[in-house]
Amino acid sequence: MTGPLGRLRGLRGLRVRLASACLLVAAFAALATAALTYREARTAMLQRAQDSVVGSVRDRVEAVAPSVPFPPDRAALERIVALVDTRGNTDHWIVAAAYRDQWVTSDRMLGPDAVPEALRYHVTERVNTAFQRIDRKGVIWLAVGVPITFAKPMWGIPSGVSVYVFTPMRAQIEEEAALVRAARNGAIPAVLLALVLALVVAGGVLRPVRALQRATRRLAQGRLDTRLEVKGGDELAELAKDFNHTAAALEQNEARLRTMEARARGFAADVSHELRTPLAAMAAVIDVLDEDAAAEHLDPDTAAALRLVSAETGKLTRLVDDLMEISRFDAGAAALHVDEFDMAEAVRRCLAGRAWSQAVITDLPAGIRAEVDPRRFDVVVANLVGNALRHGAPPVEVSLRSERRADGQWIVLRVADRGPGLAADTLDRVFERFFKADSARARSAGSGLGMAITLENVRLHDGRIRAANRSDGGAVFTVELPRYARTRIAEDG
Amino acid sequence: MVRVLLIEDDPAVAEGLAIGLRRQGHATEVRHTGEEGLAGVAGFAPDLVVLDLMLPGIDGFEVCRRIRRVGTLPVIMLTARNDDMDIVLGLEAGADDYVVKPVQARVLEARIRAVLRRTESAAPAGRREVHGELTLDRTALTVLKAGRPIALAPSELRLLLALSASPGQVFSRGQLLESVWEHPYLGDSRLVDACVKRLRIKIEEPDRPARYIQTVRGFGYRFGPL
Repeated sequence: MTGPLGRLRGLRGLRVRLASACLLVAAFAALATAALTYREARTAMLQRAQDSVVGSVRDRVEAVAPSVPFPPDRAALERIVALVDTRGNTDHWIVAAAYRDQWVTSDRMLGPDAVPEALRYHVTERVNTAFQRIDRKGVIWLAVGVPITFAKPMWGIPSGVSVYVFTPMRAQIEEEAALVRAARNGAIPAVLLALVLALVVAGGVLRPVRALQRATRRLAQGRLDTRLEVKGGDELAELAKDFNHTAAALEQNEARLRTMEARARGFAADVSHELRTPLAAMAAVIDVLDEDAAAEHLDPDTAAALRLVSAETGKLTRLVDDLMEISRFDAGAAALHVDEFDMAEAVRRCLAGRAWSQAVITDLPAGIRAEVDPRRFDVVVANLVGNALRHGAPPVEVSLRSERRADGQWIVLRVADRGPGLAADTLDRVFERFFKADSARARSAGSGLGMAITLENVRLHDGRIRAANRSDGGAVFTVELPRYARTRIAEDG
Repeated sequence: MVRVLLIEDDPAVAEGLAIGLRRQGHATEVRHTGEEGLAGVAGFAPDLVVLDLMLPGIDGFEVCRRIRRVGTLPVIMLTARNDDMDIVLGLEAGADDYVVKPVQARVLEARIRAVLRRTESAAPAGRREVHGELTLDRTALTVLKAGRPIALAPSELRLLLALSASPGQVFSRGQLLESVWEHPYLGDSRLVDACVKRLRIKIEEPDRPARYIQTVRGFGYRFGPL
């Protein structure tokens, strides 16, 4: 089982997962859009830059070409370079002219090997204007190659002279960086906005899940009338519908069980009640039977029969009384009428009322007070001491203590005897109805309900009772009652 | 000899109890309904009524209230169920004591003796005690409030006499149960509470805090101090 923290984490996890999924999709969309836009813009920009460089290089080469003598000597090549490289007009150009193995350049640092093979091939062999981007020491350059061909009448025949122009693409790179910035500046707020929207959406999707969670918890707490509102027709709505069906079925089952249980209990109560009227008539004349049975003039058999009827009527009366009492507990009709008492005094009075004072060793410190229902407390003490006297062996000891604990002040009453004690497997069964510790002694003076009634009376006080065996022999029953009753003392003033 | 009127609808129970009561030497008459019972109170002039609560027609509570309206005739109620509500209602209707069926004749006899001890004295007027507006005569068993006699049921009278014998002294419910009702100390304290309630209606001023019979929270009751 997960604790409240674990459940919270689980819920948060689901929300995070939903939100991250939404966020991932949004981020991917934003990034892809930005990347595509960037690529298109970059391509168009570079294309434009290349076109303009290539165009102007060709224009100049074409303008210079007619004045070049053939075959060109070194001076002619230098002239070409100088004419093409009209510095200061736009960019920093490096111009080179090549014919066979001659190589003239405006920048001495640039050798013929600076021209990539593919470009050279295009220019010299295919006689095409070509360009290529090259990387020189981390800077992107555009290399443009233009072949010079003969004019009329040998139109189009390559002369073998090529002009190369190298220009750094600094401006383009800056523009490109600006593009990246723009894409990033667009994408990041978009992703952040997506995060907020994702959280909101996840919250919305999870709301029914949370409602279901709350409802499940309420159901688990026994509130079987819990129902969910079914909204829409999605899977969660289906789940809510299923939940409602389950809850309704549970409620119905529980109601049926309750009815059956109530009927069974009601039956026990009705039986006891029906027995009570004839018993009331018989009980009223028990004393008459007893008196006459003691008289001399009766036939001995008749006298014995009278005594038997009298004794068994008495037992039946006690049994029905106890059954009625248990029925009241079962029906929840047992009420507590508490008053504050000196507990030692109460125990002494209970023992004295039954002439047990001499049979019991008491340890009853003065000054222990508690709020109890006197009639019910009397029943508890009488049942425990009576039980010890009947089933245990003397001496029976009754002690009283007051104990302060974390959950308040408690009164602890112990009733111990020196008998054989209780079998280990019967310790937690002694409070069951009609439980008999010794099956051979199936009939005893009690109704078999005394301990069950004791337990109910202790519970009614919000107290506890337990049975145990003493290490040195004998059984001990311990009753713990709260010093202060939950219900207020009945006041009529 | 005590004249006992038994009002009980079940013939067997009535007969059994009547046998027991006659054995004890009481002149006993049996009535089976509330109406017959009330007629019996007038015609038979009993010293005490044993009254079943569940009766056809006028029920036991109403019979008890009507008996109280005209006098202080001792009433012991018989309740079939040890039902909390029945007992409280019966005591509030004015019953002096109750027994739960099935009851042995011996137990009922003890209750009858205890109730009657509360009213037995019929001595001439003796020394009078005055407590505020109340005048008590412990020998003639009369109570006057502002000079006018007050009709008190036996249990009410005995409770007032017990408390006022030691003004200012607190009596626990258990002590009062023993001395007034002759019940066990750990008996049903509702007897005391219901009786105090009835007594207050008769001797205290309405809508004012109790003056004569004061509640001492957690301990019990005391008379005065005035």
